[in-house]
Amino acid sequence: MSDGRYFSTTKKGEIHELKVELGAVDKSKKKDAVKKVIAAMTVGKDVSSLFPDVINQMQTDDMELKKLVYLYLINYAKTQPDLAIMAVNTFVKDSQDPNPLIRALAVRTMGCIRVDKITEYLCDPLHRCLKDEDPYVRKTAAVCVAKLYDINAELVEDRGFLDMLKDLLGDANPMVVANAVAALSEIQELAGKPVLDLSQGTVAKLLRALNECTEWGQVFILDSVVAYTPGDARDAEGVVERVLPRLQHANAAVVLSAIKVILKNMRYITDEGMKSTLQRKLAPPLVTLLGAEPELQYVALRNISLIIQANPGVLSNDVKVFFCKYNDPSYVKMEKLDIMTRLVDEKNIDQVLLEFKEYATEVDVDFVRRAVRAIGHCAVTIQAAAERCINVLLELIQTKVNYVVQEAIVVIKDIFRRYPNRYESIIGTLCDCLESLDEPEAKASMVWIIGEYAERIDNADELLEQFLESFPEETAGVQLALVTATVKLFLKKPTEKPQQLIQLVLTYATQETDNPDLRDRAYIYWRLLSTDPEAAKDVVLAERPTISGGQEGVDPALLQELLGELGSLASVYHKPAASFVSKLRLAVHRADDLAAAAARASGSGDSEALTSAVVAEPPTARSAGATPTAAAAAAAPAPVPDLLGDLLDLDVPAPTTAAAPAFAAPAAASAMPAELPVVFGEDKGKGVVVCAALARGPDGSYAYELAVTNAAVGAPLDGLMIQFNKNSLGLAPANQAVAMQPVLPGTTESARVPMVHAPQMAAPEQGTLLQVALKTNQTGVLYINDNIPQALVAPPQQQPSTDPMAFF
Amino acid sequence: MALPSCNESLGALYFINGRGDVLIQRIYRDDIERNLASAFRAHVVNSRETDAASLAPVRQFGDASYCYLRASNVYLLAITKRNSNAMMVMQFLSRLVDLVRAYCNGEFSEEVVKGNFVLIYELLDEVLDHGYPQVTDPAVLKSFIFQKGWVTPATKKKREAESANATLQVTGAVGWRKDNLRYKKNEVFLDVVETVSMLMSAQGSVLRCDVQGRLVMKAFLSGMPDIKLGLNDKLEDVTFHPCVNLGRFNAEKVVSFVPPDGEFELMKYRCTEGITLPFKAVALITEHGRTRLDVTVKVKSTFPTKIFATNVVVLVPVPDQTARASFNLTAGKAKYDPKRHALVWKLKKFAGEAEHTLAASVELISTVRERKPWSRPPLAMNFQIPMHSCSGVKVQYLKVWEKSSYKVDKWVRKISKSGDYTLRI
Repeated sequence: MSDGRYFSTTKKGEIHELKVELGAVDKSKKKDAVKKVIAAMTVGKDVSSLFPDVINQMQTDDMELKKLVYLYLINYAKTQPDLAIMAVNTFVKDSQDPNPLIRALAVRTMGCIRVDKITEYLCDPLHRCLKDEDPYVRKTAAVCVAKLYDINAELVEDRGFLDMLKDLLGDANPMVVANAVAALSEIQELAGKPVLDLSQGTVAKLLRALNECTEWGQVFILDSVVAYTPGDARDAEGVVERVLPRLQHANAAVVLSAIKVILKNMRYITDEGMKSTLQRKLAPPLVTLLGAEPELQYVALRNISLIIQANPGVLSNDVKVFFCKYNDPSYVKMEKLDIMTRLVDEKNIDQVLLEFKEYATEVDVDFVRRAVRAIGHCAVTIQAAAERCINVLLELIQTKVNYVVQEAIVVIKDIFRRYPNRYESIIGTLCDCLESLDEPEAKASMVWIIGEYAERIDNADELLEQFLESFPEETAGVQLALVTATVKLFLKKPTEKPQQLIQLVLTYATQETDNPDLRDRAYIYWRLLSTDPEAAKDVVLAERPTISGGQEGVDPALLQELLGELGSLASVYHKPAASFVSKLRLAVHRADDLAAAAARASGSGDSEALTSAVVAEPPTARSAGATPTAAAAAAAPAPVPDLLGDLLDLDVPAPTTAAAPAFAAPAAASAMPAELPVVFGEDKGKGVVVCAALARGPDGSYAYELAVTNAAVGAPLDGLMIQFNKNSLGLAPANQAVAMQPVLPGTTESARVPMVHAPQMAAPEQGTLLQVALKTNQTGVLYINDNIPQALVAPPQQQPSTDPMAFF
Repeated sequence: MALPSCNESLGALYFINGRGDVLIQRIYRDDIERNLASAFRAHVVNSRETDAASLAPVRQFGDASYCYLRASNVYLLAITKRNSNAMMVMQFLSRLVDLVRAYCNGEFSEEVVKGNFVLIYELLDEVLDHGYPQVTDPAVLKSFIFQKGWVTPATKKKREAESANATLQVTGAVGWRKDNLRYKKNEVFLDVVETVSMLMSAQGSVLRCDVQGRLVMKAFLSGMPDIKLGLNDKLEDVTFHPCVNLGRFNAEKVVSFVPPDGEFELMKYRCTEGITLPFKAVALITEHGRTRLDVTVKVKSTFPTKIFATNVVVLVPVPDQTARASFNLTAGKAKYDPKRHALVWKLKKFAGEAEHTLAASVELISTVRERKPWSRPPLAMNFQIPMHSCSGVKVQYLKVWEKSSYKVDKWVRKISKSGDYTLRI
């Protein structure tokens, strides 16, 4: 008989009816009533008023009924704590039942009832069950310790459960070991301090249990062993040897966690021969992961992307396995495409190119566009294949499929930037499809091409005129491109028609538009052209640095962190765990973590690294060779930088030599003002209180004043280091190490951190937010969200002038 | 001393049906609020987004992460607020489907989950403790959970139907297509044509909206081609051309067919939920005495900037005795059309995520007679949006098989048109 019928009772007076049925004498009728209650609970109805009636059914020999009642109890105990106590006696009795299943059920359920009064009664049964003769009961009790720790940590430590749990690491039954590991890991995460002691002996014990564990137990063990740092190369080899057979496991999570452990230990192995053998052994299991359901494939692909970013050799011969199947879901196709573009090289380019061409004729528009981009990427990165790529792009343009043509034009512009004066013969073909362009990015690219090669296109003026007809309706990007292209045309062919065009476009751009960027740029050109046309030529037609085709990847510091967390959500998002785990109870573990966190925060622009509140949108990924970017200019300083590129950078303080540190020595502690605001309170649970504020000295230089109080850390705090995230003032500490006396428990010490201007730290979009990371040897990293005081928001006078007109 | 790299638990587990209703839920951690599953309904089940990122099976909404896997017409969803081992969570969800199948004669569907909810709760008790996966091996579990799975009566019927289908395929009777068709160039065109209708109240709330869609195919293919068409399943109320194998559509959501030659209507669909309205409009009409009327209409497009609407016409009704009107426009052309009793505002092209305004002052002929008040008929819009679908339907793939495996050129076009698109004023 189907249980589906229990879902279909929706009439009024249902609760009352259920109450009557629960009181029935007939056993099967009672059980039916309980099932109806559970069904109602599942669909979100409030059936808490039946609490006493349901609890009455608890004393029963029918296991199925008992489990249903327990399920109900777990759901509603919190709303009825006093009544929940009624159940305690049965639990205690059940925990001594001869049947191990019932003993385990009792202790498992009690742990789920998060009512303080019940936890007191839980201790004795839990104590018994941790020493139970049956491993099934022990493995359940091990998890129960973690549950109890979450409700009442002190109780767990006082009653010695933690030590009992550690003893279970040496249990004869591997499943008990695995659950003990999981429970200890969780407690460690909650406590924010080391609990699971990974000595060489413990690790050996855990690895021995690995063979006989359930698949999930193997994952628990592998994920904890990855934190173990081997003593020497031989130790590392030993770990790898134990873990290696896991690569053949049918469970994808076991395989990935095993790879994680092997990658970590490989770093400590010195024998190069062994290293390369290992690297070869990693490829087949990674390929096997792609045979799973699409959802699992997706997680695998996100992780493979990380693995090959760190170890490009691992899958260099396997690009074929990432070829898309026609019925892969689009999220899988996109990831495969991304990995293919990372693996493409001179050897496999022909195969891959053929594949990309195939994708470009598919029907999923987003996918097609990405495929065309990928072809452009190949052209830019692999010089030897550039011509072949261009031929493919031209073939695609011949199809006249609108979005393919537009995407192709965008990437061809990049190819022109990468290989100037080599493939201009194709311009004629491009000009043929002018009418079909309607997307802003494609239009802007085409306009750029026309302007850049105006001298080789006979009818460049006519072509631009066509675009100019709809000038007022275009997007800002296209308008800017049109202004620049017209200026280029005029400088290259100063005849009558271009002269008319430039009058037209500059008049419109200076008088009719509301867009300040457009207006400013038009004014600059206008002045430049009217003052000194030769200078204008030097500026506008200057040779641009060629672009390189490096693919966007994960920041190296973050990459290392993520490799240690393979398989986790962080490795899927490609974001640090701290950016999305709300409870910042994550203790920080590596010594270089502060530096890594700081590098991440300043390097990737990912301000979420320091706070879960999203403050600024990360800068959009700069495709290889959009309009000249600051990055490109910095990589290859051109003799005459592109005027536009410079203009784009004007809103951040222009690069200057960093101001010399203004403070010779930190001021004495006693000189500090006492009334600094609290920026990191005791509520954060670190046992440390930090008061701090940004201040400005009489000479205009900045300093960060701070006072650290050791409220509840048992040892003196020392080794204080400080780092700042990007901020609107562009400030960074002159020195990361802070000169401060060790802070003894119960005392406060102060320091004054001199700050300097660092152009790369400027992020105007941060507003008044000031994100600070502090580290001491005892507490790990503390993340602080401070504000720049109102009085200091105005930029200091000595900042270099950012007035664009000052250049002319 | 190093801490573990990721958390080994999931915070809550749900079985959710195709409408977003929770069939089964177990919450293991305190940090999982009870309303979290509703975010899943809003952002995944009822979402009309079709880009790869919003279809990915691991996503974050608020501070919670959602990992989900779809099996038949049921979503298995795990929610966590920690940095959980996503691979383990996914593998676990997949094992869970296998486990239910093992108990229910290989079946897994919404009906099966509902029909076995007591069994599934009992299984969940064993397979997850505090969110940690424990034992998922059916052979082990069957040694102490003895309940028998309940099987839908449809199963038996389905098996019979399948065998009947097989015989049909063996005999290869395809009545709607001639043998020996030959084309020099093998081509297939698929047009997705959607008509979107809407009625909005003067206060700006949507009173009614729906999309009627048609997939029209033109097939010029040699031999006996087998076509498979993959759609994202955002459709309600679908009807097919008789050539489509319905059994396969119900089982795998794949539209599989041997096409008739030339043009035919492959399928029709209708949907009423999760529609993204391409245009929002606000109209403000103030009557000044008997002789003057001020009209302001703001129209905003909500589709992405990459595409644009063409031939947009906004009809703003005015009273019958209108004499003339003067306009102030941000784009397009407008005039008063006495036949239609309306101001007609035409925009040849309307970009995505753009806003245009019409301001008009209307003069009325003053009459001596007392006239009845103006009835204020609704404002209407006409438009076409190439390459856009308001329902969010997406052709994921279109694959043609033929034994001579010739090359096929495939063309897929989309267009959305206005149906009855009106706004009360």
